[in-house]
Amino acid sequence: MIHSKDLDPNFKYEVAKEPGGANIMRCFACGTCTAGCPVRAIDDRYNPRKIIRMVLFGMREQVLKSNFIWLCSTCYTCYDRCPQDVRLSDIMTALKNIAVREGYIHPSFREQARLVATFGRLYEIEDFDNKKRGKMGLPPVKKTFDDVTKIIKDTKLEEIIK
Amino acid sequence: MRYALFLGCTIPVRGQHYELSAREVAKAIGLELIDLEGFACCGFPVKSTSAETAMVFAARNIAIAAEKGLDICTLCNACTSVLTEANKELSENKELREKVNDELSKIDKEYKTGVKIRHFARILYEDFGLDKLKKEIKRDFGTLNFSTHYGCHYLRPKELYDGFDDPENPSSLDKLVRVTGANVIDYKNRLQCCGGAILGVEEDISLKMAKEKLDNVTANNVDALVTVCPFCSIMYEDNQRKIESKFNVNYNLPVLYYPQVLGLAIGLDQKQLGFRLNKVKTDKLLEKLEGKK
Repeated sequence: MIHSKDLDPNFKYEVAKEPGGANIMRCFACGTCTAGCPVRAIDDRYNPRKIIRMVLFGMREQVLKSNFIWLCSTCYTCYDRCPQDVRLSDIMTALKNIAVREGYIHPSFREQARLVATFGRLYEIEDFDNKKRGKMGLPPVKKTFDDVTKIIKDTKLEEIIK
Repeated sequence: MRYALFLGCTIPVRGQHYELSAREVAKAIGLELIDLEGFACCGFPVKSTSAETAMVFAARNIAIAAEKGLDICTLCNACTSVLTEANKELSENKELREKVNDELSKIDKEYKTGVKIRHFARILYEDFGLDKLKKEIKRDFGTLNFSTHYGCHYLRPKELYDGFDDPENPSSLDKLVRVTGANVIDYKNRLQCCGGAILGVEEDISLKMAKEKLDNVTANNVDALVTVCPFCSIMYEDNQRKIESKFNVNYNLPVLYYPQVLGLAIGLDQKQLGFRLNKVKTDKLLEKLEGKK
């Protein structure tokens, strides 16, 4: 049962304000997104049409706390096929970004953000890696980036990964 | 033709055979790839956490290429899409550009419009061109059968890629493979996503997605699956054994990066092209090719 008193009618406007979120209210629930979704084909916990309905209904907590918002594989199939140009992949990014600010980050993304913030890339490069690259005739790669670390310090990312 | 080579995070650590073969092919056909020390992460891995931060990462990289007056050549599909998307938004939206440049000014960088972002395979297909490529081919690949996997971000979202291929029925990579004389074998659900982006979130779903692809490709008699993205390759090659044991199946399907295929065809040695780094052994395929030398 959904009770209207538990709903947040402003949630859709909040999503619409995020980068790429502007078209969310165009959805007329045709289900093209869900029909073509490769994740949905395997696991029905992830249902893009349902997620959009939940946002439009104002089910803020249920959406932001959910595990399913992290399951988008960003294949952009729904994005390209949507007859209303809802830009669903961007809306999933918007939902994840809001969830992160509310403290609901998935551990896998927290770790990715930590690595990128610390090393400027997804992997820590050790001397061993560059030695190995050298043996193959490949140039060394930079291990850290002071300027990237500096930018990160000024962004919200720093607080998130603490 | 000169480009700044954007390796991204994964390729220099887990896809050296991709990097080696791309560099060797470029050298052999006269594409100049220039290493710029400042290139860091493209921004894709932090987009789910903060799209704004991802945008700054992408803009910073583009600014570094702009300083040298170079277009960017990418090898990874995710890097391609994130950099192209940022480039498009920043060039079209002055307000956003000013905001991002405020951030970049703290590290003495400035985003400027005019840098092109191109995937290596698209450069071969569009800028270099199939006709010129055909003239470089030195060996006959007629006995080899390959299936192709483009990877989602190579084609989508379509608004980023100027219509160079059709994301619902792509053909550019097939044509690049056919240039070598090899046959391209179609298979069921060939547009299916590799699932790499959610490997860390739900390994089960991700591996099932990759399994379906491996099932569909191996339903035909193919010598290898050809890819142009390190994430896709990790799903199909690095995780192939894991999928085999988890689902009690057996594929033994070699997965090659396109420059490895092209490299062999233009007469480069397999050692130069990093074949020993392929996790699924390619001996059978190479023997088949030698027989036809």
